[in-house]
Amino acid sequence: MSEWWTYSLSDFLMFSSRSYYRLIESYNAAFWPAHLLALVAGLVVISAISRPRQHLRRSAALVLAAAWGWVAWAYHLERYAEINTAAPYFAAAFAAQALLLCWLAYKPGNAAPAPQPAALGLACLAIFAYPLLVLARDGGTWRQAEIFGIVPDPTAVATLGVLLAWRAPAIFWLIPVSWCLVSGATLMELKIGHAWLLPALALIVVLARVIGSKTSRDLNSTANPRS
Amino acid sequence: MSPISPSRRRLLESLIAAMGGLALSSVRAATPPVSLLTRPIPSTGEQLPVIGLGSWITFNVGRDPQGRRESTDVMRQFFAGGGRLVDSSPMYGSAQDVIGEAVQTLKPARLFSADKVWVSGGARGVAQVEASRKLWRVPRFDLLQVHNLLSWEEHLPLLLAMKREGRLRYVGITTSEGRRHAEIEKIMASQPIDFVQISYNALDRDVEQRILPLARERKIGVIVNRPFRQGDLTQALAGKPLPGWAADIGCTTWAQALLKFIVSHPAVTCAIPATSSVAHVRENLLAGTGRMPDEALRKRIAQDVERLA
Repeated sequence: MSEWWTYSLSDFLMFSSRSYYRLIESYNAAFWPAHLLALVAGLVVISAISRPRQHLRRSAALVLAAAWGWVAWAYHLERYAEINTAAPYFAAAFAAQALLLCWLAYKPGNAAPAPQPAALGLACLAIFAYPLLVLARDGGTWRQAEIFGIVPDPTAVATLGVLLAWRAPAIFWLIPVSWCLVSGATLMELKIGHAWLLPALALIVVLARVIGSKTSRDLNSTANPRS
Repeated sequence: MSPISPSRRRLLESLIAAMGGLALSSVRAATPPVSLLTRPIPSTGEQLPVIGLGSWITFNVGRDPQGRRESTDVMRQFFAGGGRLVDSSPMYGSAQDVIGEAVQTLKPARLFSADKVWVSGGARGVAQVEASRKLWRVPRFDLLQVHNLLSWEEHLPLLLAMKREGRLRYVGITTSEGRRHAEIEKIMASQPIDFVQISYNALDRDVEQRILPLARERKIGVIVNRPFRQGDLTQALAGKPLPGWAADIGCTTWAQALLKFIVSHPAVTCAIPATSSVAHVRENLLAGTGRMPDEALRKRIAQDVERLA
């Protein structure tokens, strides 16, 4: 279609910020107190980053897979699809990420990299600080808090922290990074103050991963010089 | 197209407007429903109020009970104020169902239901129209439009056949934000459509060149979407004092002035501002009453809006 260039992000936004946050509010109310369970799950994820042992990595990967699967069904398909016709596609992507994380649990890898402060910080931000963001928004209340494992944004951020810590291959990053961009663009169109946060975090994490890979390669080539 | 027909309350509106904006607001709150100015639908002469109600974004509230109550309140105020045309689309998420719930609750006597077909392929269009009708809870639609010209070659014959069979009263096409105007013109010139829906406001006036004159020539009704550029225009003008001409045409807000600019164009049948606020519905309906700007004042409104927005 020749007129695609005339469309802007706002042409695809089909709901108001009021409808969006009311949806989160009613969703939170419907599943409370599952949020407490989600907090425990978040602590498992943080443990896996701070103490890089294989059984913890396996547990954390399973926790993340469950979180992505839950968000795919309970949030995207059952709730978000009411106001966003693209939500079933998001649900499919989240379900695919859940399967990828199951694979990561099955093959957690033998290497146990040292704890990374950046990855740990990212996971802590997603699990402890993200719910507070709602209070920075005009009219935001605790009932609209975005909790890891319950809604997509903090779930994606925590997952990026884990993937960074584990130096996971690129395929595991694709969906969380894409979600950060999509959700950031949506929040931007809704004129939410912290809309920049998700894309910025995704960018920082990808850069950290690229720099980390390069550093590893350089160290390897120094340790094993060509004769 | 014939000029705007006078309503029973028009003189009273003008009188009240002349007494000042504040007086207008206070009297308005206490007065019974206002009869809106109407325009004839060119193909039949049926009168339609110049202010309609859009539903893009505003009525897409999902299952939220509070959002649905508010949407019903907006529609209640709209019908009580003399409004008739409500416009939606399968593209608008839950809006059709929200409208249907309000229609079921309010049972408006004079609803003019305007919906769209928005799907690739003609066969799927039949199923979509029926699904939309069920969501609206209406026996039939008054107007069905091909949304953004999607598969119009297949949908238009279907809609025209529905009209011939008495299952639909009017047929139209839509576009927004100036897209595919050349194709719109071709269809207007070659197909027996009753309505064309386009974007038009004090800043986006491309349609004045060809589409609006063609609509008059071909006796096609014009529905105007995005009268406030989805709120950006009213936001840009917020806090800017209304020029002196506003009082002359009974406007107390920029939104009213912007709407009067649109509906005073002789080719325009109605504008469809969308809102989730009962207060804004009242304000919008007021724009369909009282004195309208003449051609000279319309030019001045456009200049002032360009300067201030």
